[in-house]
Amino acid sequence: MATETHEAAGHAADAAAAAPGMPQLDFSTWGNQIFWLIVTLVVIYLVLSRVALPRVGSVLADRAGAIANDIAAAEDLKQKAKEAEAAYDKALADARTEAANIVAATKAEIQADLAEATVRADAEISAKVAEGEKAIAEIRAGALEAAETVAKDTAAEIVAAFGFTAAPDAIDSAVTEKLKG
Amino acid sequence: MATEAAHGGEDGGLVFHPMDQFIVKPLFGGDGVHWYTITNATLWMALTVLAIVALMVLGTSGRNRIPSRMQSVAEMAYGFIYKMVEDVAGKDAIRYFPYIFTLFMFIVTANLLGLVPTAFTVTSHFAATILLALAVFLSVTILGFVLHGGQFLGLFWVSSAPLAVRPLLALIEVISYFVRPVSHSIRLAGNMMAGHAVIKVFAGFAAIAAVSPISIIAIAGMYGLELLVAFIQAYVFTILTCVYLKDALHPAH
Repeated sequence: MATETHEAAGHAADAAAAAPGMPQLDFSTWGNQIFWLIVTLVVIYLVLSRVALPRVGSVLADRAGAIANDIAAAEDLKQKAKEAEAAYDKALADARTEAANIVAATKAEIQADLAEATVRADAEISAKVAEGEKAIAEIRAGALEAAETVAKDTAAEIVAAFGFTAAPDAIDSAVTEKLKG
Repeated sequence: MATEAAHGGEDGGLVFHPMDQFIVKPLFGGDGVHWYTITNATLWMALTVLAIVALMVLGTSGRNRIPSRMQSVAEMAYGFIYKMVEDVAGKDAIRYFPYIFTLFMFIVTANLLGLVPTAFTVTSHFAATILLALAVFLSVTILGFVLHGGQFLGLFWVSSAPLAVRPLLALIEVISYFVRPVSHSIRLAGNMMAGHAVIKVFAGFAAIAAVSPISIIAIAGMYGLELLVAFIQAYVFTILTCVYLKDALHPAH
């Protein structure tokens, strides 16, 4: 294998000169790498286990707790909202029932008033009708009587005008006979 | 692979140094790499630490119930690995979560930082991945024996198989058990190294005017693929760790 004498390896010329192609197999550097790697790993382990991991762990736990709490609170609020909705629905249904009752009661009342008024009006109307009929009958009777009187008077006048004399009673009875006729 | 044309580049010839990016070299000069030397590998490990601190510590400093962007990334990483450990290794493996999370964060951050142009990819070195894999292998094995004593060996004794084939299966199980750290480490380093080297090869072709558009498109495509690989390899390493941990916690088949 070719040895390397380029400047990149210049400083480590002694080591590199003896090295084969792969610097990984240059065992003269292994002690150095292993020593510093152990230092590195110990430092990383100490930093992580003492500072970083407890911190991240507590942050994650805190967040998980907060999320669990929030979910519980949300669940609670949801339950409350459901209850409120149920209460609202119940109140609405109650109000509807009450309104329906009021409507029915009012309707019945109005119906009763109406029936009463109708009865009263009917009575009044029939009274008026009876009165009217009575008046008409009276008028009719009056008219017949007046017609008979007029007929008798007229007949008497006519008899007189023809130059006859007749007993008023005879004329009256004759007219009455005729009118009955 | 390295070529003889080491000083090329200005001659216009094709020069490939796909493996040079993996060379470990001292940052501040000095002769050779000693165990304590500050190298480019050290620098990128330090940047990995800083990136993890920025994401996991500074990003979560608000402790917001409604997370900021950084905090949500940190939380996603936490939740992702936590769930993986819980699902794959079981509820009783949660106490090892910080170790597994450390592994995952280191690998994924180092992989992603390695994709920064001119970066050094820590996880492309077998030294690093073998250390990680051996750490997992040894701790899982020790944990298995500590928790279950000799019964941990029941992992290799397939009691549901016919008695005659059990010794053979046990041999296979033992071999596969000891191959675990090898495949575990080489898979990660190999993937990281291969992708980076391929990008370098394409970059070498970009020196030729005729093919440079294709080369650049290929680099862009490979880069996208490498982003995916960077994450997937970290995921694979971590989930295999969880599987091995499960074997240690519940060795019975």
